[in-house]
Parts: sequence; C-alpha cells; structure tokens
Amino acid sequence: MATDGRSLRERLEEIRQRGISAIRSATDRDEVEQARVEYLGRSGLISQAMSELRDLPVEEKPETGQTGNRVKGELETTLELRLSEIEAAAAASAPTTSVDLTLPGRRSWRDGIHPVTRVIDEICEIFREIGFTVATGPEIESDWHNFTALNIPLDHPAADMHDTFYLADDRLLRTHTSPVQARVMLAHEPPIRVLAPGLCFRRDPWDASHAPAFEQIEGLAVDEGIDFIEFRSAIDFFVQRFFGAGTRTRFRPSYFPFTEPSAEVDVTCFLCDGSGCSTCKGTGWIEIMGSGMVNPAVFDAVGYDSEKYTGYAFGMGPGRIAMLRYRIPDIRLLYEGDVSFLEQFG
Amino acid sequence: MDVSVNWLRALAPGMQGSATELADRLSLQAIPVDRVVSVGDGLEGIVVARVVEAARHPDADRLTLCKVDAGRDELIDVVCGAPNVEQGALYPYVPPGESLPGGFVIESRKIRGEMSHGMLCSEKELGLGRDSGGILRLDGEFTVGQGFAEAMALPDARLELDLTPNRIDLACHLGVARELAPDDGPGAVPPPFDGPGWDASWADGVSEAEAGGVRIVIEDADRCNRYLGAIVRGITVGPSPEWLQARLRGAGARPINNVVDATNYVLLELNQPLHAFDLARLGGSEVRVRAAEAGEKLRTLDGVDHELTPVATVIADAETAIALAGVMGGEDSEVTLDTTDLLIECAAFDPRHTRHTARATGLATDASYRFERGIDETGQESAIRRCVELILAIAGGVADSNGLRVGSPPPANRVVALRISRIGRVLGLDLSVEEVTRLIAPIGFDTRPKAVDSDVLLVTVPGWRGDVTTEADLLEEVARRFGYDAFPRQPRSFRPSAVPDCADRGRADEVRSLLVSRGLYEARSVPFVPAGRSAESRIPLLKPLSAAEGFLRTDLIPVLLGRVEHNWSRGHRDIRLFEVGTVFGRRAGDQAELPADATPEQRDAANPFSEERRFAFVLTGARLPVHWGSESPDTDMWDLVGLVEELAEELGFGTVEPGLEPDESSERTFGFDSWLDEAVVHVGGNGGLTGVAGRVRATMIDAPRWSAPVFAGEFRLDPIQTEDQREYQSLPQYPAVSRDLAFTLATSVSVADVERTIRAAAPPLLTSVRLFDVYEGDKVEEGRRSLAWRLVFRAPDRTLTDPEVDGAVAGVVHRLEDDLDVRIRAS
Repeated sequence: MATDGRSLRERLEEIRQRGISAIRSATDRDEVEQARVEYLGRSGLISQAMSELRDLPVEEKPETGQTGNRVKGELETTLELRLSEIEAAAAASAPTTSVDLTLPGRRSWRDGIHPVTRVIDEICEIFREIGFTVATGPEIESDWHNFTALNIPLDHPAADMHDTFYLADDRLLRTHTSPVQARVMLAHEPPIRVLAPGLCFRRDPWDASHAPAFEQIEGLAVDEGIDFIEFRSAIDFFVQRFFGAGTRTRFRPSYFPFTEPSAEVDVTCFLCDGSGCSTCKGTGWIEIMGSGMVNPAVFDAVGYDSEKYTGYAFGMGPGRIAMLRYRIPDIRLLYEGDVSFLEQFG
Repeated sequence: MDVSVNWLRALAPGMQGSATELADRLSLQAIPVDRVVSVGDGLEGIVVARVVEAARHPDADRLTLCKVDAGRDELIDVVCGAPNVEQGALYPYVPPGESLPGGFVIESRKIRGEMSHGMLCSEKELGLGRDSGGILRLDGEFTVGQGFAEAMALPDARLELDLTPNRIDLACHLGVARELAPDDGPGAVPPPFDGPGWDASWADGVSEAEAGGVRIVIEDADRCNRYLGAIVRGITVGPSPEWLQARLRGAGARPINNVVDATNYVLLELNQPLHAFDLARLGGSEVRVRAAEAGEKLRTLDGVDHELTPVATVIADAETAIALAGVMGGEDSEVTLDTTDLLIECAAFDPRHTRHTARATGLATDASYRFERGIDETGQESAIRRCVELILAIAGGVADSNGLRVGSPPPANRVVALRISRIGRVLGLDLSVEEVTRLIAPIGFDTRPKAVDSDVLLVTVPGWRGDVTTEADLLEEVARRFGYDAFPRQPRSFRPSAVPDCADRGRADEVRSLLVSRGLYEARSVPFVPAGRSAESRIPLLKPLSAAEGFLRTDLIPVLLGRVEHNWSRGHRDIRLFEVGTVFGRRAGDQAELPADATPEQRDAANPFSEERRFAFVLTGARLPVHWGSESPDTDMWDLVGLVEELAEELGFGTVEPGLEPDESSERTFGFDSWLDEAVVHVGGNGGLTGVAGRVRATMIDAPRWSAPVFAGEFRLDPIQTEDQREYQSLPQYPAVSRDLAFTLATSVSVADVERTIRAAAPPLLTSVRLFDVYEGDKVEEGRRSLAWRLVFRAPDRTLTDPEVDGAVAGVVHRLEDDLDVRIRAS
C-alpha cells in the first residue's frame, strides 16, 4: 500500500473502513474468509501495516500501536458478527427436513412412587423441619406394647375400638402405630421427636373405605416444657405446610387412652375451601388426625418421670389423606397394584 | 346415641341456640355430633282424626272406606289403603289442600269410583320414621281435630352423637343437657312429674333384704355391687301418654307400654338401666343375683333361647333364671297387659361380668352398653324413685313404702387434686383458682382449695363421671371447657430429637429411588395370603376375615405375582412392579411362659414370631416401551441379571452368585425357590444370602396365552449399605492400552471362573476386563464355546510400552491355557 505521505495511523484508519465494508458486504462463509485473510491474516493488511511500527519515532509508537490493536479488534468483532448473521440466514433458508417430527419419540418406561408413599414422605419432610426423626417398630406386637403400655386395659371397651387380628394369646398384628411410642421411649431418653409410619391392622372387611391393613403415621414429642400451646402450634405448622397456607385447624375433644387431653384435628375442607361439599359432608371440615398430650400413665409404663416430662402425640392415615388429596374413591385401588392406577402418580 | 333437642330444652330451661348451634357446641366442647336431623317439619296442616266407621271398598279388597272425624261439623269420606286401619282408632289426617312434608299437596279425588277427601298417613309419609307398613296409629289421650305436630310435641331435632368410650355420661339427655345448660343458670334438672311422690324407707341388707313380701338376694357380690328394688301394685298397663311417647320417639326409641316406656324414659334421661318384672310371675316372690348354672336355659325378651354357662350372670327367682343380669329380661317375667304388680330393679352390675354375659349370649343392649362402661352408682336411688313416680303418674297403682336395698353402700364421690401450676405446665394456661372453678363447676365438679397448699385445688368428681380419675383427666376438662380453639398459637423453640433416624427407612428410600429410576412402579399390598401350598413357617390369623386372607405372607413375591395376575386380567402385558414390605415367620425353639408382670424386653424375647423387611420386584413384557422405530423384545433373563447386578452394586449388599445355596441358618429363608425356574440368581452378602431372583415357573401363575415370561427377585433390606462409601480416585494421567483376546474353552467353565483367572494372572496394570462376545456353534468344536474379551491396561505413572503389554497378555494366556484349557483364536 502506498504511503502517500500519510501517517501510519491514518492508513490504519483507512484499512479499518475498507475492512469493515468488505466484511459487511460478504454474503457467505467463503467471502468472509477471504476478507479475513486479506485484512487479518498472517500477511494481511493489518500485519503489514503493523510491521512498519518499528520504523516510527519512539514517541509515536505507543499511540499508533494502540490504534493498530483497536482496528484489529474491531475487524475481528465485525467478522464474527457477520459470520453468525450468515449462519442464521442459512439456517432460516435451509430446506425443511424430510423427517416428520410429529412422530412420537423414543421413551423410557413410566415409573412412580405409590401415592401413599408420596404422602408419607411429604409428612415426614415437614415434621423434619421442626426437629423430628423417623422411627419404626414391628408389625407383630405383644398385647402389652399395643394396649397395656398405652393405657388401654385388655378387658375394657376401649379395646373394642380396635378389632384385633390375634396370632396367639398375647401376640397380635398391631392395631395402630402407637406402640412405636412405647418402644422409642423405652430405648431413648428425651428430647424425643419421632414420626413412625407403618402398616396397621384391623378386622375390617374390605369395602370402598375399609381395608384390613392400612398405613398410619404416629408422631410423638417428649421433652421438658412441652405444653398444649406448643402442640397446637406444631400441628398448625404442619397443616399450613401440607394443606397450604390459609388452611385453618379446629381441635375437638376426643378420647384416646394414651393422651389426655385428647383432641381430634379437623382442617378446612381442601376440596371446597370450607364452603361444604360431599367430601366434608357439608360441614366444611375434614378430620385428619387424632392427637393429644401424652397421658402420664404412658410415661409411667415406660419408666419416664411424668412430672419432669410432658409431650404430645398424634396419629393420622396417609392412605386416607392420599384418597382425599387425589380424590381416589375406593381404598382398594391403593392395594391392587393396577398399572393404570399407578401410572397416574408417576 | 340419638338425643332429642326438645327433651334437652325441657331439662335445661334457658338453653340458647338452634339445634345446629347446639351440635357445634357439643362437637367443640364434648363429643362429636355426626348429624343433626330435623323431625316433624312441614306438618302444620295435619290433624289428629278418628276413624268412626271403616267398611270394605266395594271394588277393591285392599281398600277401606272410612268415615273420619277430624273435629269438623261433618264426617269426611276417606279411602284408605293401609292394612291396619281400624274403626275407632286415631290417626294423623291430611285434609285436601294441605301438604305432606316435602310439599306434596293432597287433593280430593276418586279412588276406584269412591271419593276420597284427604289421606291418613304412615310414619314414613310424615318423615318421622321408616315404617311404611301401615298408617300411624295414635295411642293415648288426643283430641280429635288437634294439630298433629302439637300433639306429637313436634317439630323437634335429633342429634346423632358419636359417643367416645370415656363419656358414657353423655349417653343420656341429662348428661348432654349438663354440657349445654347456661353457666349462670340452675344447670340441668329433671322436671317433676304430675303425680304422687315416692319417699321410700329402705330395707337394707349386705347380701339380702326383704320387704313388701319380696326378697332380694345377691349371691355373688363380685357380680353385682348393689340391687335396689321397688314394688308398685295395682297398676294398669296400657299405652303411654303422648308426651312420653313423643320423648321416646324423639330419642329414637319405640313406645311399647307405659311400664316399659317408663323404664326406658329413665334410662334415656338419667342413664340408669332399669327393669320391671311382673311380680306375679316371680316364683317365690324373690329375685337372686347369681352365676348361671351350667346348661341353664332362658328365653330372653327377643324370643331367643339361650343355654347358659356360669360365665353369665342371671337374675333368678326361687326356681329358675328369669333375666340376663344387666343385659336383657326374660320372656317369662315380662310385663304384659295383664300385669298389675311390679318389681322394679335398679342394680349396679359389674362391668366385666356384664361384658362376659353379653358376649356369652351374643347380645348387646342399651343396658349392657352402659353397665360395661360403668353407671353412676351414686344416682341409683334418685333413678328408681323417678321411675316409680313416673309409673304412678301414668299407670296408677300404689308404691310400697318400703324399697329394698341390697349390697354395698354407694361409693363416695372421688376427690382428685388439681395443681394450678400443672395447668400452666401441661396446658400453657395461666388460670386462677376462680377461673378454673368457673370452667368446671357448671358441669358438676365441686372445687375447694386445699388448706395447706394454695397451688392445689381439691376437685370432687360427680358420680356420673367415672372416667375422671386423675389430674390429667381434670386437665382435659379444663382445656375443653376453656375451648381448644381459644388456646393461643405460639410456636415454641424446641430441641431436636435425640432419636436417630431408623436405618430401614433410608434403605427403603434407596431401593425406591433406584427401582423407580429403572422404570418400575411401587405397589403396596396387604400382607395376607391364602393357605395354598402351606409352609410350616406360615402364620395363621386366629380369626381371619376370609380363607383367601388367612395367613401372613412369608415372602413378597407371591403377593406381587397376584398383582401381575390382576393386571393381566385388565389386559396389561407389560408389568413392572416392586414393593417394600414385611414378611413373617416363626422363631426356632420354644419360648418360655411369660409371667404376668414380664418386662417389655422379656415379652420381646418370648415372641414366637419373627419379621423381616424386604423388597421384591416383578418384570414381564416388553423390555422397552413400544416404539415405531425399533423392535422391543420381551424382557429376558439378562435384563433380570443386569438389574440384580445393578442393585447389588449400587445398594452395596453383595455379589451375584449363580450357585449359592439357600441359607438355612437364617430365621427366614427365601422360601420361594419353588416359585422360580432353575435359572436362579442368588445374591450373597457378608452375612449370607441376601436375595434370590429368577424366572417365575409358568405353573405358579395363571398366565394368559399372550403374556410374556415373568421375572422376579426378592431381597433383604437390612444388608443394604446406606453409608456413602465413595472415595475419589485420581484421574488417569497416562493413556490406556487395550487388547482383545478370543479363545475357545469347554462350556462347563463359567464366565465368572474365566474372569477370575484373567484377573489373577494379570499384574495391577490390568484395569478392566470386559466380555464382548460369546459364540457357540458350527465354527467351534462341540462342547466348547468361544469367548472374546477386551483387556485394558494402564500404568499410573508412565505410558505403557508394547512389549510390557504383550508380556502381560502372554502371562494371562499361559495361565488360561494351563488352568482352563483354552485355545487362543486371536489376540
């Protein structure tokens, strides 16, 4: 390139202008490449110009050098931009594929956790946030663990509440998960905060709302200083988390030999928001758990000091809750293992 | 238990609120109310009428032409289709233009040619009951033309209570009225009857007493704490007055006659079961409370014959049993229309003995229900007096001035100490003595502070609250009267649980997430199985619901196979299920007899049964979901083995070992070897056998022709490692060299043996050994097969040279040739 008496900086500026217009006017990848070689290549115009740098007087070198670098950078940026424009245009104008992409893709098997397990897991996770751990106990129990330790005399109508499957004189299939309370207290000292999910058994023949075996979740909190207010608040916390903020609870007197005071817990019906529907029998409330403050007689049975420790306990049916939540009309569906049923919860 | 709101209002004047509001208050403060039912709404136009004449319809056998007096100037013609219409009797009558409950308007119309102006109604048509078998005959003192609703004390509302076992005091109207009575009023008080009073002088005795020509004997004091008797002579048995019938109907009881109605009334009002004997039919004019004799026979009021054993307690006269104590009267001493003299019984039968009597005879009655739960023994005298006074008022007669009273005196009311500080600790409420008193005094608890300790309130428990025995029971009274919903909500700080998470839970979670990631559904089942091919270890339920669910399962697989059959029956061919659950067995050896006061540990040690947590899966049908672009062959043995290998590796519970024998030392073996074909994979762990898997024998399942082979596996949960034992291995810095090696060898040599031999022969440079081809056929000698392996070598600190690798491979080849008689095909 002729110098024409112009300074190197002026010439670099010219290279910049010409280079930008050359790149911008390129219409395909090849033309872009040509421009790149011409201006930015190893022996391109910029390299040539910069090779003259060494002949300049010392005081001009820095500024001219910076100009060279700036021009080079600018051309590179322009080039990349142009290249992506060209590619985008090419992609847009590419001929359409001959494959019918509405054909179904290749899938894996559907799978899924049982809806009752989902409910159990969710309940456990919520209570974990307020310090609970998970415990289990045997399904075959002694009558002592299932009844006596829980303040239920064997020869008492309270035992009628549990129509029991006996296996031997003093062995039975547990009628509730409450014996886990006794087992945990026998094995540990407070503070205790445990949940015990598991299967229980009652002699209820199969129908739409009864099964001879069903899941229950027991909860037990024992420590110094636990009172009814804490109990109510903990249950409220759970209800708001599980059924949604804004769900209200209602505690009603009830009777369980192992709690005193005892309470049945209702929540505002989550199907009709409390306005009354067939699920809540028009009351706006759904009963979800039995609960109460641990009866000192239970502490006595497991050797705890009932003056020192207080606590609360509760029990609920995750199967029933799953049926309400997913509107499953018949409990037998939970235990049939029908693939068409299970895939709905995948 | 049904209660009538009208009755409650009569017992507690000033009780405010609608039936629904009363029900809500009961639910929130005492016991659940299942339902509130309005009774007798829409009866405004219906009147009491007398059928003056009844004649057969000329054209219809089943119809009756009636002349009805409804208090108007002239008689009205009504055609009636009821079988029980009777000349002279009173019935509810709907005049033309008036309507039945529900709005159906009655018009004059012709029935088979005869005009009918209005209608005589059944209980069902009036919405009062279920009886539609005939029109409702009104027995008692009514005025013709009187409004029917007014005559029947309607409208009313019925509260259907869901009684809890502790609150037996709420099985009567007075008990419910106490809960609802205004706190500032006189409480709930039974109103007096319109008739003479009865102030008895009592003939007392510990085991027997005699008065008015009647003797009462308690032979066995264990069975009966007390027996009160009253004698009423010269009564007239007949229908009860309408107010009494209305009370009984309102509470869901059927009026029978004035004597029986009187005892039922007192039962429903005061909770005291009473019984009236026809005194003339008591042999020897005496009653004895005793154990039944073996083989003794008794026909109860319901007409059922019982043959008794000494477990049952009976009331007997001088000769024979005449009633089941606390359960039901006998037919022979029943009050009839001819009865003139009565012995009224008000006894305190023992709860346990009553339960045994009821069980032995298969009866459950209103009386036995209350005796089993405990009656108010302090309220018996007032109850028998109320019954006598009611009978005098409605059946006439004269009461003997002497009552009989046998047994121990009524117990004193229990006094329970309640600490104000305990209310603070358990309930979190800061209440004063006065506030506590205000809460519980209106329901009958008297309080007085203990002189020496201002923290303690001495609470006298009323006789009807047998359930209140401890301070904790009083705390419940305070809490529910305070109102559970009135408690403040204040989240408290807490200490986290000292109980570690149980390991099985984590194991089950791992199994679930792994099997779900392999495309299986989780099933849950009830662990009952039919007797079928019974195993020794199988545990029978003592009282199963059905033969199909008579035993506890010893393995999970059979239950899962049942699920597979269910899915087949719904037309599903591809079924992939798993379950995590418990199996049951028997412990070896004899268990010692347990003393009654055995410790919990001793009880566990004496458990003859054992249980174990396991998981199992079944796979059948296509290997992959159907896709138009590729074949999907059926699941086969190698899918099963692959899944088991992955499970064993990822859950860390052992290695897959083809020939492992079932482990006899374990309490529960995997008893379903017979369910599986010989191609069984046993998974062995450190502690012995942890599981088995294989193809299910076709004979063991009811498979449709279009089904695919079924594969199943079952594993113990406890060998699963939940600790994360992974450790980082530094990434290789130098390249690997791989060599392929193909050789033939006898088919009797297992691949596992070959792999072991290769690994044993190679130096640590060998980093992986992988089988990539198996061939058996024409191109190799019979009895031999060809295996092709890829061996990968790598050194941690340098690039391997060819000679080094060649040397290592040569070592492997020598070893294979020497040990396994292999012939190299290519390398």
